[in-house]
Amino acid sequence: MSMTGTLEREEIIGKINDFLVEEFEVERELISPEANLKETLDLDSLDYVDLVVEVESNFGFKVSPEDFVNIATFQNFYDYVINKVEAEKS
Amino acid sequence: MNRVVITGIGIYSCIGQNVDQVRDSLYAGKSGIGLDPERDVQGFRSSLTGIVPQPALKELLNRRQRIGLAEQGEYAYIATIEALKMAGMDEDFLTNNEVGILYGNDSSAKPVIYAVDQLRLKKDTTLIGSGSIFQSMNSTVTMNLATIFKLKGINMTISAACASGSHAIGLGYTLIKNGLQDQIICGGAQEINYQSMGSFDGLGTFSMRQDSPTEASRPFDKNRDGLIPSGGGATVIIESLESAKKRGANILGEILGYGFSSNGDHISAPNVEGPMRSLQMALDQSNVKANEIEYINAHATSTIAGDLSEGKAILNVFGEKQPYLSSTKSMTGHEMWMAGASEIVYSLLMMHNGFIAPNINLTDPEDELKNLNFAFDVIKKDFNLFLSNSFGFGGTNSSIIVKKFRE
Repeated sequence: MSMTGTLEREEIIGKINDFLVEEFEVERELISPEANLKETLDLDSLDYVDLVVEVESNFGFKVSPEDFVNIATFQNFYDYVINKVEAEKS
Repeated sequence: MNRVVITGIGIYSCIGQNVDQVRDSLYAGKSGIGLDPERDVQGFRSSLTGIVPQPALKELLNRRQRIGLAEQGEYAYIATIEALKMAGMDEDFLTNNEVGILYGNDSSAKPVIYAVDQLRLKKDTTLIGSGSIFQSMNSTVTMNLATIFKLKGINMTISAACASGSHAIGLGYTLIKNGLQDQIICGGAQEINYQSMGSFDGLGTFSMRQDSPTEASRPFDKNRDGLIPSGGGATVIIESLESAKKRGANILGEILGYGFSSNGDHISAPNVEGPMRSLQMALDQSNVKANEIEYINAHATSTIAGDLSEGKAILNVFGEKQPYLSSTKSMTGHEMWMAGASEIVYSLLMMHNGFIAPNINLTDPEDELKNLNFAFDVIKKDFNLFLSNSFGFGGTNSSIIVKKFRE
């Protein structure tokens, strides 16, 4: 069983959405789990650096640049962060 | 050779955040100097500084455009919007013409310090963030503004200490005069944060008159005790007369000459001969006699040595018939990298509004300089020809002569 409960998952997703709206200036209604992260946020190579900074500042771990290769949708991104948070706990 | 004219000005400074506010402050002799309490906490000798508010840019620029801008770039951006609007250069014009940018800037200390602090804390270069490099480089102002305004002409920063802004205009003038560019956004920008001022404060160059900030900057006065650091952004749009006429632009003035020289002397102590040579070169190039100049905007920063040597150079070059003289740094403090550009803006505002701004706080001039023709108070006067001096560390000197435009 996952160590991260539903409530905590929702908190993590909320936190991610908040910094995406605040720092990357995406309209909140454009965020949905199946939407493409890169296209929705209009990310270029420089923006990925700031995504690493935001994740570190909010969750305390560093995303390896190569990990972004497997992150296509918002849901992929949420799952990646949630798994990392779980791994940090164990 | 092309004639070179000024068709737009913009200003963001401690005495106003647009040309109308600044015009009124210059006329009223209003000081923009105050105290920054953080400097006291950080061990500064003096907390005196020009007070410049941070511009609100969120509505004007997107995230990527904003995060590369250092503080002085923000000031320069606001000043440039104003100048472009005055010049009648819209987005369409900038996109379809080879408009250049030459801006004076000689530091970007705060972002550099932030980046090193982050690195020491996080031990990871990625966590410095993507905006830092574009804020930290000396060319931060030109690299950002050239991108934001989609400029396609010459694109570089001029670093020449406290003469940076003046040399930027002078070099732009030279390019247009020689037919290499038609329109250039010139100017100067200066950061004002305490991080950028500590090493200068340490030299004991800043005024200690902290009990009366608005009276602290007193160029040429016997009781002056140092300069007050200040900053902001000033933009001067210059173009060939042909280009200005073709566009139907309102011409604010014509640049007649750009004199420059190097003292070949001490790194910080000024001398008399170097500025004399740049003054004379500007006059010769302009084909103007010394006694025709009606107003000099002095470099004078309120330091003991600098004001005296500039005053002597002006006495030597202008002789019997001294033009009106004032240092607007009495109100603004020393805007350093920006000063050479802002003082062209200030002088143009005076020329177009029929007054000479006062050298405030000048109650008892240096004995050796009593023959200078100081504007102690605001003088209502229509004038057509002025000269602006700028000097910097390393002995770099620049003098620019501007005339009201006549066919």
